[in-house]
Amino acid sequence: MYKIIKAEQLADKIYLMDVEAPRVARACEPGEFVIVKMDEVGERIPLTICDYDRETGIVTIVFQIVGAGTQKMASLEAGDSFRDFVGPLGRPSEFVHEDLETLKGKKMLFVAGGVGTAPVYPQVKWLRDHGIDADVIVGAKTKDMLILEEPMRAAAGNLYITTDDGSYVRKGMVTDVVKDLVLNQGKHYDVCVAIGPMIMMKFVCLLTRELNLPTIVSMNPIMVDGTGMCGACRLTVGDEVKFACVDGPEFDGHLVNFDEAMKRQQMYKTEEGRALLKLREGDTHHGGCGHCGGDE
Amino acid sequence: MDMQKKVPVREQDPKVRAANFEEVCLGYDREEAMKEASRCLNCKNAKCVEGCPVSIDIPAFVGEVKAGHMEEAARVIAKSSALPAVCGRVCPQESQCEGRCVRGIKGEPVSIGKLERFVADWSREHGFVPEAPKTTNGKMVAVIGSGPAGLTCAGDLAKMGYEVTIFEALHEPGGVLLYGIPEFRLPKEGVVKPEIENVKKLGVKIETNVIIGKSVTIDQLLHEEGFDAVFIGSGAGLPMFMGIPGENANGVFSANEYLTRSNLMKAFRDDYDTPIAAGKKVAVVGGGNVAMDAARTALRLGADVHIVYRRSEAELPARVEEVHHAKEEGIVFDLLTNPVEILVDDDGWVKGMKCIRMELGEPDASGRRRPVPVEGSEFTIDVDTVIMSLGTSPNPLISSTTKGLEVNRRKCIVAEESNGKTSKEGVYAGGDAVTGAATVILAMEAGRAGARGIHEYLTER
Repeated sequence: MYKIIKAEQLADKIYLMDVEAPRVARACEPGEFVIVKMDEVGERIPLTICDYDRETGIVTIVFQIVGAGTQKMASLEAGDSFRDFVGPLGRPSEFVHEDLETLKGKKMLFVAGGVGTAPVYPQVKWLRDHGIDADVIVGAKTKDMLILEEPMRAAAGNLYITTDDGSYVRKGMVTDVVKDLVLNQGKHYDVCVAIGPMIMMKFVCLLTRELNLPTIVSMNPIMVDGTGMCGACRLTVGDEVKFACVDGPEFDGHLVNFDEAMKRQQMYKTEEGRALLKLREGDTHHGGCGHCGGDE
Repeated sequence: MDMQKKVPVREQDPKVRAANFEEVCLGYDREEAMKEASRCLNCKNAKCVEGCPVSIDIPAFVGEVKAGHMEEAARVIAKSSALPAVCGRVCPQESQCEGRCVRGIKGEPVSIGKLERFVADWSREHGFVPEAPKTTNGKMVAVIGSGPAGLTCAGDLAKMGYEVTIFEALHEPGGVLLYGIPEFRLPKEGVVKPEIENVKKLGVKIETNVIIGKSVTIDQLLHEEGFDAVFIGSGAGLPMFMGIPGENANGVFSANEYLTRSNLMKAFRDDYDTPIAAGKKVAVVGGGNVAMDAARTALRLGADVHIVYRRSEAELPARVEEVHHAKEEGIVFDLLTNPVEILVDDDGWVKGMKCIRMELGEPDASGRRRPVPVEGSEFTIDVDTVIMSLGTSPNPLISSTTKGLEVNRRKCIVAEESNGKTSKEGVYAGGDAVTGAATVILAMEAGRAGARGIHEYLTER
């Protein structure tokens, strides 16, 4: 069992939890993820690592409610436990293994959208700990949906916040800020890391391709085991098929086939996808997914 | 009774079982088992023992069954096998012990597998527990993976007095016995779990949710966590795909994914959260045991199921019994047929599969006649789900994070067959991680060999 030390709601439908998982805390690096399983009957849910403390053995996770599984998870409180908590999974961000001097010569831009702010944070923090200031753009739907503003401000070089509705700092999409920084303010970046909803990552990549700015994205497709066994998380990257769990989750964003990835994500992950599934499955749908009403 | 014939074993009616996940084979009762055991000729030079990868003293245990001494029979088997209830169910006996049985020359061989199963089930029901060692020798061994190789290796080492910890990447121990082989062939609560409990009763600890190579490396186990030796039994977990157009469509699964959802995550039960897009018209591509398991699972989830296989029936790699059961249950075999493209609708879902007819040409490297496409014979089959069951390869997570561990070009760990010794000192390996996908019993044999190798190494050191 993996004990929850702290549970906190960050925004509407977004939660943060500190979990006791010493093996994961000792081994994890920025870019990697974990899989949690709440109880005996629960799904295996892949989640972002937001922070970790090697000394105390605490791993911080952040998640958004997207279905019944995460809904149930949101009801957990400090003192409760996860039945299973496994990781780290995936490969660390490339820069973790880069030569530090080379890295110091590079200017990095992070683009975070919504709950994608959480996996961006440990990367920016790692860079800060190694003496590197990275610029960070954080986009949220509205002011109340913005998360991790203070810690991000402390870790980032420059922090640029934008909201879709203009309720905080500025109005506009993250892509507007990228354009503004590069085209209007004449800033130069060597690498961009974009993490957020797939549709956001797709549009950031379309823009950065025009800007000739190499871009890394972090993919979070459907997964079961997370160790390369099931192949559910396969993506087309360039002309190769890759497994997000063991080959990723970070890939060259200019090579990822986002349209295919978004269609695959529909399968079980979104409400619409689950509804569609019910429609297609008809009598052979066995319920148990907890989302579609198939059990009724 | 006709001594040339096996005492028939009771099975669930095919029509009934096609709609449930209960075990197909019901096994012998005491009387049937004793009757079947009486067919054994008790050969002095018992060929059956030679045919058993773990060399169970078959005439001895069958003799005890014949005399009605079930606990004695269990004791004989326990000397050689830690997983008799599993092996009695999933071993390919026809090509091993039973394949060598002298009775089989004129008539049917003694039903050794079903007798082993009977003894194992009897011991579980009667609370027979294997004897735990009285003292430990203070040496620690880490076993990676809790499938058949790991469980066997751990059990053997524990009996020799070692302190053994098994590290399992998934949330439950059992490996392929749990995520791969379906409930209707190998019940999880009734059979797999109790056998794992028996291994634990020998003193073996199991730590789940640890991914060796990620959570902790082999070098850390040896140098920081105090283990004296390591056995790698991490299996062959990576699924293969065909590389044809449309393969990433929604509704195309690896057999691993389909079976893992149903077996490990229990998606076939309404009270578990994990979903499965079971499909209505399912094509399973491949002809091995895993393909049969996937097909029969899809059938039980309510689908019409076709097996699509590029060679003919004679070349099907699956056990004869599995093919027979699949046919009985209503699975259609499209033989000499190979997929060339998966057709996808506008929403990204499978809407059909384009196939080509095949014919058999000259034998290839495997000795089987090579299938060659018949030009211009393309046709489309109407399916909404495709399950690719083309085999698996070992996971490189361990080999890529362990310095000095040699692998071959198929990413299989190189290890000596007789003792599991690898290129790295103190590290032994066996099972599918070494051979590529094979059978439960061969993995158990490799687990035993690894335990012997580790014992020699730690005794001499």
